[in-house]
Amino acid sequence: MEAETTTEAAIDRAALFEFLLRMGDNTLMLGHRVSEWCGHAPALEEDIALANTALDLIGQTQLWLGLAGEVEDKGRSADDLAYLRDVYEFRNLLLTERPNGDFGKTLMRQFLFDAWHYLRLQTLLSSTDRRIAEIAEKASKEVSYHLERSRDLVIRLGDGTAESHARMQQALDDLWPYTGEMFMTEAADTALSAAGVAPEPQSLKAEWDELVAETLSEATLRKPTDGYMHGGGRRGMHSEHLGFVLAEMQFLQRAYPGATW
Amino acid sequence: MSSEWPLWEVFIRGQHGLNHRHVGSLHAADAEMAIHNARDVYTRRNEGVSIWVVRSADITASSPSEKGPLFEPSNSKVYRHPTFFDIPDEVGHM
Repeated sequence: MEAETTTEAAIDRAALFEFLLRMGDNTLMLGHRVSEWCGHAPALEEDIALANTALDLIGQTQLWLGLAGEVEDKGRSADDLAYLRDVYEFRNLLLTERPNGDFGKTLMRQFLFDAWHYLRLQTLLSSTDRRIAEIAEKASKEVSYHLERSRDLVIRLGDGTAESHARMQQALDDLWPYTGEMFMTEAADTALSAAGVAPEPQSLKAEWDELVAETLSEATLRKPTDGYMHGGGRRGMHSEHLGFVLAEMQFLQRAYPGATW
Repeated sequence: MSSEWPLWEVFIRGQHGLNHRHVGSLHAADAEMAIHNARDVYTRRNEGVSIWVVRSADITASSPSEKGPLFEPSNSKVYRHPTFFDIPDEVGHM
């Protein structure tokens, strides 16, 4: 009886750790991608706005990965998890590691993610795990604004000039096959959902579709039909791009272990 | 160049009860975008509870060349300053 309870708790803890890595790796990877725009955005105002978004996401990463380290209970900090894991140990959605492309593509990726991120955090506000609910509450205020902004700019660029419209449609068509992964549900998700920690990813799909469809229609963009969807990020099967991101992001800690300043 | 976003002046209210103060300017395509940009450019360090934006072109300014007739006449009129009243002690600092 004793042993059984311990095993069950251990399974839950492993599932919870994976879930927290997924949340934290998404915000870490997208935060890094968005930060690549710093000093390069088409207008000063957009440059600062993107840097703000990147910083929000990296701040959320500290909370998610910090909690992941606590749950894992092996003495790893958020920094250890961010800087000392290799590609196959990352659990982020493939969408978040897609290259920035042009400004429009960056915003389209942001919007598709923000819409999911916003809905995901809303469901976590009532998580039975108080620590998760608290992080979700802090993050959802930031993410509401991210969504408001990326939605606004997707509409402006989609319903803008012939050039901006064509670029946004292209970005949407390119990124669409990476959206399905957000809603893929696996056995661990069912266990977390049953425990009231986090509803299954699949349950967000209908609302996400509605939110995205409404925005794309206002942006005069054609919503692609769901076809083949890439997956595997949560099992550590990533695109070649993640290795390049990590090479840059982790360089300092890899070359000078434990360096601080 | 007509494809440039117009310039907007930004006013931020720091705390409830205080006036909005001019903090700077920025470019934006319209008022809604100007509010977004103002939020991102001027309230990053928790400076604000309210934002006003107005197109710079909509501001009418006094002309620097008229500063003589506009402002100099008030130079020598000390009686316009309320400095000749005795303030009762119980009022304290005014």
